[in-house]
Amino acid sequence: MHELGIAESALEVALAHATAAGATRVLRMVIRVGALSGVDPEALRFAFTAILPGTPAEGATLQIDSVAAIAYCPDCQQDFVPDTSHFFECPSCSRLSATVKQGRELDLVRIEMI
Amino acid sequence: MSNADSNVGNVILVDVREPDDAPLTPPGDPLPGARRTADLQVRLLDQNDRQAAENRAVFKARGIRALNFVSSPGSGKTALLERTLDALAGEVRCAVLVGDLETDNDARRLRRPGLPVAQITTGGTCHLDASMIARGLAALPIEGVQLLFIENVGNLVCPASFDLGENRRVTLLSCTEGEDKPLKYPPIFTSAHAVILNKIDVAAILGFDRAAALANIRRVAPQAEVFELSARTGEGCEQWLAYLRGLL
Repeated sequence: MHELGIAESALEVALAHATAAGATRVLRMVIRVGALSGVDPEALRFAFTAILPGTPAEGATLQIDSVAAIAYCPDCQQDFVPDTSHFFECPSCSRLSATVKQGRELDLVRIEMI
Repeated sequence: MSNADSNVGNVILVDVREPDDAPLTPPGDPLPGARRTADLQVRLLDQNDRQAAENRAVFKARGIRALNFVSSPGSGKTALLERTLDALAGEVRCAVLVGDLETDNDARRLRRPGLPVAQITTGGTCHLDASMIARGLAALPIEGVQLLFIENVGNLVCPASFDLGENRRVTLLSCTEGEDKPLKYPPIFTSAHAVILNKIDVAAILGFDRAAALANIRRVAPQAEVFELSARTGEGCEQWLAYLRGLL
């Protein structure tokens, strides 16, 4: 359940920005979660339901943008999407690649506030 | 027409209704036009990553190589550290930080003459983070230490997300867990520098398919060096010790 700590730091950042911008409420938070980030989107959503009440972000919409993993095969010089049946095996040449181009993201992308 | 009459007859209308096309908002809800958007693009683990960078700088300045051991509970992190510490005794100066939810059982198992050991009790937190390491370092006499072993909380999920500032992340998988663990919990293997397949002494009894396990490790962690060993019997530990000596 490390999602709870991550939700708390997202809320902290969102509220700090909203306060600095003279807003009183946060209406929406957009969070980007990569497939390799180690964070479960549903657990993150659940964590927010626990911590938002009583804060200026109570009732805020939580939008989670999932980012697929993309790996790169240096032999074929092309990107590929590691899936749960082949993981980091290049679909063209079957070489195993350790180059991850995206999928580790864990960002607070934007907030809407008033 | 008197003023009184005109006052009675004239009514000023103030229409407070919303235009028909705008939905009525409940009291307290904001006006649609006042909504603002702020683009933040803040990395949520930024605070941890900054502290991890500081830890890394401390390790570098003091000539310490730090290893972060992660695995499920019971896969043999403590047993491997016991054997490693005994093998390196008198040769390499080591120190240990152990994380657990409760008790100092592991730290007491790892006590050795002249070895700095600290237990980090997380009290429920499912992983170690970089600030816990910084506090652990402050409590530990690390002068002259060459290898710092950090035994993370037994958990195959959460520790993957938290950089501690370590030089090497070592993920353990034991033959009692099943060959497909790397496929079920990829992030902790994907982020590893080394993967250790432990308890190979009982693999045959358990019907554990080592070749399948190794293929699965390769598939999710092509970058990792892989060691097959038994921390209990010592089988296969020489390559592992050579890897550690190679870090110095």
